[in-house]
Amino acid sequence: MEKFMGWVNERMSVTRVWEDHLSKYYAPKNFNFWYFFGSLAMLVLVNQLLTGVWLTMSYTPSAEAAFASVEYIMRDVEYGWLIRYMHSTGASFFFIVVYMHMFRGLIYGSYRAPRELVWIFGMAIYLALMAEAFMGYLLPWGQMSYWGAQVIISLFGAIPVIGPDLQQWIRGDFLISGITLNRFFALHVVALPIVILGLVLLHIIALHEVGSNNPDGIDIKKYKDEHGVPLDGIPFHPYYTVKDLVGVAVFLFIFCSVMFFFPEMGGYFLEHANFEQANGLKTPEHIAPVWYFGAFYSMLRAITFDIGPIDSKLGGVIVMGAAIAILFVLPWLDRSPVRSWRYKGMISKVGIFVFGFVFALLTWLGTQPATQLYTLIAQVCTLYYFAFFLLMPFYTRWEKTKPVPERVTG
Amino acid sequence: MKKAIITFVLSLMPMLALAAGGGYPLDAIETDHSDKASLQRGAKQFMAYCAGCHATQFQRFERVADDIGVPHDLMKENLMSTDSKIGDLMFHNMDGKEAKVWFGATPPDLTMVTRVRGEAWLYTYLRTFYEDKKRPWGVNNKVFPDVGMPHVLMELQGVQIDSCGDMDPTTVDPLTGEKVCGLSVDPKRKGSMDPTHFDRAMYDMTNFLSYSAEPMKLERQSLGIYVLLFIVLLFIVTLLLKREYWKDVH
Repeated sequence: MEKFMGWVNERMSVTRVWEDHLSKYYAPKNFNFWYFFGSLAMLVLVNQLLTGVWLTMSYTPSAEAAFASVEYIMRDVEYGWLIRYMHSTGASFFFIVVYMHMFRGLIYGSYRAPRELVWIFGMAIYLALMAEAFMGYLLPWGQMSYWGAQVIISLFGAIPVIGPDLQQWIRGDFLISGITLNRFFALHVVALPIVILGLVLLHIIALHEVGSNNPDGIDIKKYKDEHGVPLDGIPFHPYYTVKDLVGVAVFLFIFCSVMFFFPEMGGYFLEHANFEQANGLKTPEHIAPVWYFGAFYSMLRAITFDIGPIDSKLGGVIVMGAAIAILFVLPWLDRSPVRSWRYKGMISKVGIFVFGFVFALLTWLGTQPATQLYTLIAQVCTLYYFAFFLLMPFYTRWEKTKPVPERVTG
Repeated sequence: MKKAIITFVLSLMPMLALAAGGGYPLDAIETDHSDKASLQRGAKQFMAYCAGCHATQFQRFERVADDIGVPHDLMKENLMSTDSKIGDLMFHNMDGKEAKVWFGATPPDLTMVTRVRGEAWLYTYLRTFYEDKKRPWGVNNKVFPDVGMPHVLMELQGVQIDSCGDMDPTTVDPLTGEKVCGLSVDPKRKGSMDPTHFDRAMYDMTNFLSYSAEPMKLERQSLGIYVLLFIVLLFIVTLLLKREYWKDVH
């Protein structure tokens, strides 16, 4: 074995890669609950890829046969129902895990220098994931697949001059049809997974270059022992591999409880209307996007008024786009001398906490019909969302921060 | 444990259905896919009264026969049209275009009707047809106003009269606490079943269609228990492993 590894290492340094990224990659020893979600996101990604491959073996991407082929998978394929529920539940859990992972970055300042690229690659993954989920949702060809896609694609129509042509270009037809379904299938199962995998690789390479942040937001490389190993660092393998396994077990318990006992999750993971085949002539009473787009959909709907030459529809699209775009520049908005919210001032602490609440509220509002009251709440929340980011350069600089410890705390 | 989870799941269903319904209050129902006698009665009624116009085209005769415990020969004799084979999907024989002329719309496929509309909705729908002379078929429905379908179960239920008119059907007498108006069978035009029997029959029908919407539900739940038990075991092992490795981290 040793001889074989020697032979391999002379040609390709597998051992070095193993050491650089696992056995000699030193991670801070004070990771807490929030640090499980990175590896869990990887787990869900693998789940989606594997179940996705098996689903394509029995799925038929055509307007005539797609809906029936999903039911064929649910009924006639051995354990097809399990694979399908793993994939559909996995989609929702992917977003839950990714939102937790992003929130972790927010509270501990993991986006701050020198980790700006880690954050930006992460945001790119999030963007690709949204596209992946959106296109995947069309594939079952149910009523909500069809009308949800109709609503989202029509947003592009709000863009001045090129809007209508752009819409047609995306659909490949004058309305959503089998042509749209086929191209979404290609993008969902081939193009976007490749993009996501590439971005995940870049995300991890960028992270391992600078090392992981930690709940204290301090640099563990400041104090090293005689071998150059950070005093507060422990090798990722075996310490965090075994710790993450515990997280995996807890996660799987929750995941499987949902998948085996509430696969529809009350109509949030699998919408009721989607058990009816797509019908271009019959608009459902209430079109709601899947829950994970809820926050952005709420912000889109919150713009109910025209602003000068910009009508409310275009205004909504701009606000929605800006809500995502602003996340990309977060590393340059935060001017605090400290990274972690543990040592930031009161405004930041309360601000982040309320931000989490507001985002969750917007998400929920996005799945509800837009009544007058709900629209008002969504408008207030949208205002808060932008104020939180746009005022960040000011309040993070002015507020009084606490002294940061030299070494990591518990 | 298993029963508790199943009961919990079932107890959620009426709530979900209520959310999907219109204004009319839906009657709660707890379906039971392990009650094979009920599923068989439901299947028989479905084939007799519904399957002429409504398909359940995502389901196969064979799967239904095996799941609800009907031998294939009995299935062929009693629950299938003569030209169907046991492995066929459960299409119906009606021409969709003609149906559209007769009813104003093609009768929808019912394989997953309980997943689209909810079990409580279906159970209430089946029992709330009432006489309405303004409608082409002389009947209307409480949860599906101006429905295009005739009351095919009239020979079983009889003709229901609505005494509410424009009144809210949930209005109760403040002294007795009883409902002041509602649907009741016209004593002069009774069906072959009394209301209790008819409700029971509609329970069976809803149960069958709920089964048809997700035939693997029982398997899913029983497999789920084993998977969760395994994960608990996995949790214990990984936790011990983690503690062992982390002993020297201070």
